[in-house]
Amino acid sequence: MTEGLLTAAYIIASILFILSLRGLSHPESARSGNIYGMSGMLIAVIATILGSQSASVEAILVAMIIGGVIGAVVAMRVEMTGMPQLVAILHSFVGLAAVLVGYANYLDPAAASHFSGAAKTIHDVEIFLGILIGAVTFTGSVIAFGKLQAVIGSKPLLLPARHWLNLGLGLASIWLGIEFVNASTVSEGATILAMMTIIALAFGVHMVMAIGGADMPVVVSMLNSYSGWAAAATGFMLSNDLLIITGALVGSSGAILSYIMSKAMNRSFISVIAGGFGTTSGGGSSAEVEGETVSITAEETAGLLREAKSIVIVPGYGMAVAQAQHPIAEITKRLRANGANVRFGIHPVAGRLPGHMNVLLAEARVPYDIVLEMDEINGDLPNTDIVLVIGANDTVNPAAKDDPNSPIAGMPVVEVWNAKNVIVMKRGMASGYAGVANPLFFKENTRMLFGDAKDGVDTILREL
Amino acid sequence: MPLMIGIPREIHTGERRVAATPETSKALLKLGFTIALEAGAGERASFPDDLYREVGVEIVSGTKALWEMADIILKIRAPEVHPRLKVHEATLLDEGMYLLSLIWPAQNEELLRKLAESKATVLAMDSVPRISRAQKLDALSSMANIGGYRAVIEAASHFGRFLTGQITAAGNIPPAKVLVIGAGVAGLAAIGTANSMGAIVRAFDTRPEVKEQVESMGAEFLEVDLKEDADGGGGYAKVMSPEFIKAEMALFTEQAMEVDIIITTALIPGKPAPRLITEAMMEVMNDGSVIVDMASENGGNCALTEPDKVVVRYGVTLIGYTDLPSRLPTQASQLFGTNLKNLLSDMCKEKDGEITVDMEDEVIRGTTVIKDGVITWPPPEPARPPIIRKRKKILDEPVVSKEEEKSSGYGGMIAAAVGVAAMAGLGMVAPPEFLAHFTVFILAIFVGYQVVWNVTPALHTPLMSVTNAISGIIVIGALVQFTTETSTVVMVLSFVAILIAAINITGGFLVTQRMLKMFQKYED
Repeated sequence: MTEGLLTAAYIIASILFILSLRGLSHPESARSGNIYGMSGMLIAVIATILGSQSASVEAILVAMIIGGVIGAVVAMRVEMTGMPQLVAILHSFVGLAAVLVGYANYLDPAAASHFSGAAKTIHDVEIFLGILIGAVTFTGSVIAFGKLQAVIGSKPLLLPARHWLNLGLGLASIWLGIEFVNASTVSEGATILAMMTIIALAFGVHMVMAIGGADMPVVVSMLNSYSGWAAAATGFMLSNDLLIITGALVGSSGAILSYIMSKAMNRSFISVIAGGFGTTSGGGSSAEVEGETVSITAEETAGLLREAKSIVIVPGYGMAVAQAQHPIAEITKRLRANGANVRFGIHPVAGRLPGHMNVLLAEARVPYDIVLEMDEINGDLPNTDIVLVIGANDTVNPAAKDDPNSPIAGMPVVEVWNAKNVIVMKRGMASGYAGVANPLFFKENTRMLFGDAKDGVDTILREL
Repeated sequence: MPLMIGIPREIHTGERRVAATPETSKALLKLGFTIALEAGAGERASFPDDLYREVGVEIVSGTKALWEMADIILKIRAPEVHPRLKVHEATLLDEGMYLLSLIWPAQNEELLRKLAESKATVLAMDSVPRISRAQKLDALSSMANIGGYRAVIEAASHFGRFLTGQITAAGNIPPAKVLVIGAGVAGLAAIGTANSMGAIVRAFDTRPEVKEQVESMGAEFLEVDLKEDADGGGGYAKVMSPEFIKAEMALFTEQAMEVDIIITTALIPGKPAPRLITEAMMEVMNDGSVIVDMASENGGNCALTEPDKVVVRYGVTLIGYTDLPSRLPTQASQLFGTNLKNLLSDMCKEKDGEITVDMEDEVIRGTTVIKDGVITWPPPEPARPPIIRKRKKILDEPVVSKEEEKSSGYGGMIAAAVGVAAMAGLGMVAPPEFLAHFTVFILAIFVGYQVVWNVTPALHTPLMSVTNAISGIIVIGALVQFTTETSTVVMVLSFVAILIAAINITGGFLVTQRMLKMFQKYED
């Protein structure tokens, strides 16, 4: 295959990847988008194999088949609640691959020989950066996987002087980078690369260990972004435009998701990464919340739901933990058959992954066109008869709007209290992740349905 | 030993309600009580005895027998002289019994004394403290709501025109104009009803903070130019200054000339109802207009009101019914019964059919007017709900978003300058080949940025898994190095990289496919 044909194949693959992301703008077009992505990948891989003097096409096929089977089995087996873990571990693979390709490139005698002067310096920097980002992505994702899988405790590990530690690791990497560029022999360079890799791996571990469980949406999207930058750095290293384009696409996608998630949590991106909550709390203490709650039974809730014309269900991660989405989907179906307008309102950070709630509800066969985003549903809430809050807390806290001294002041929330009635399903009066008391529970139009979400929902379903 | 609840037939003239419906009886039985009902007590509210029997209520004929066997009496109206037995109901009450009904202790001191003589415990449904927690017990609110609705229905039935406007072949019909004075529970219910019948509704209240509620019910909120805080606590208004009253009367006179229907609901606790509609105002009203005076029982808001009567003066129909809730007996019984049930369930926490009168509980304390023969009315001044106050305070301080404070504009400019300088530096030293790749890189970031912002938030998880899959493109990096010319180490490294990248590619694409299949549209 000629160079020209290879380039043409890469251009087509790039376009197909862009179309694949474009398709995700709507559930209808998303499936064809995924097909575009697959086709792009197929074209790129075949063209590359045909275009390079492969040592052994058989060996390549063996590697791909083994990897492909593992991937297929995992993809078919994974529970939808386990999606965050899967996404995290896939990020780590990209990181690891970037590290391996970086080393291979540095150790390849053919590659190094035709660079000199500024070009060599830039090439060295590219290798260095590719391995650095890859290694951070690798261990960071492995730790994120461990936390999501609950192999590692989800509590943030806050070492003393952790910011200094990070700074030290960063400075050490820069120094190693300069040494690496100046290294005269391959073996000397490899030693420096190895030292830097160890530092980068340690940095990845430390960075994610310091982040709490509920901040995971930000962390996973950030690692998504890193895996893209790692691919892009590899592309620079190999002078391969397809890798650069794809890496940039993935990198910016992850960056946008991190931005959306941080915004939805009312945290600056930096403070999530640096770890620790509410370190920048404003002056003055937040208003005390006092009052009494009014409780309601599941039977009474069922009665109210039966009478309501317009219902909005606001789920949080608690719903997924209790595995309550299936009975909820069934309740939704019955109430809709009954003529009620039942919809879902999803806060951007509900769940452990961006869009996680939507997938869980889709799995429970809730039609996607009644699952609305926070901004879409907020305007309709004043005309809603009943809002059912299941396993959500901080994302429906009116203090975010009303109390300028609250740690979550300014955070966008689902304004459930504007509805005529709010029923909050909750285990007890404990605060949410942010540790902020929730005045919603004391509002006049709020009723509390205490107990396990699954039991509560099952009882409601029975009553209906 | 579970207590027995007795529900006597109401004896007040014209009273149609009953203190328990079959539905509330069912709930009370669940609390462990037994229930006896005087035969025919629910008939006028369309609840025949059989319906009660079905849920397990014992039907007792004979008023005296019922009062004797019951431990807890549930009633609507305050006790009075029984027209048939010629004895006062208070004397039927025995030591250790409980009575839950309307009492109006402020207006009925003698009744209170009489009840105290019986050594019973009396809870007055009209004395429930007006705090958020007690709303489910608040019979005055639930009855006022019904009254407000019924007031509009009464007005409409005495009014010679449509309430709604229409354009018909026989000519245009202008909508009726309704003025509601006093925007409490009854007023708001009247506003809502009149509005839903198509009338143009205006409302007045001395408390400016109810403006929002009035407007949310679909009425125009009328204001006078004087500013004066009228909140007398507990959801009621207080007596206003003479200047304010003067301004208010001028407003009413002006409105009286325009509107077709006036519904007055103004009450001040412990005081006779304020006179708001004078004879002169009635004179200037159009013939055929209707006034419903919902304060009729407390002296009336209107100078010419005659309690329980409909009178026509100056061509204006003036309705002074005091039994508006009772004119919707089925609904009113259900709501009143529910209020009673909620009170009993608060007093019977164990659901064992026993009740305790917990004088430490603010709500029970306020409601209890006689405890074991000792008059405990009036209760100590109830605290106003703390949350409402807080909320008001918060509204006063503007919420300044942190975002707005931060963005100063300079940051962006500095960043841009640094970016331009960095690019220029790069352009001077870097070889052209690198710059070509760099151009591609920057353009791809911009394309990615544009495309990804278009992704619907519902598909963010598939977005992550699909980007997972396509970042497996790093396999190409391994493929190009897996060549014959290279060393074994590089071959091994590349082989492993190809393998794990392949996991990514297949895993990412397949799981995305699986997820997207789940997203289904609502099919109807």
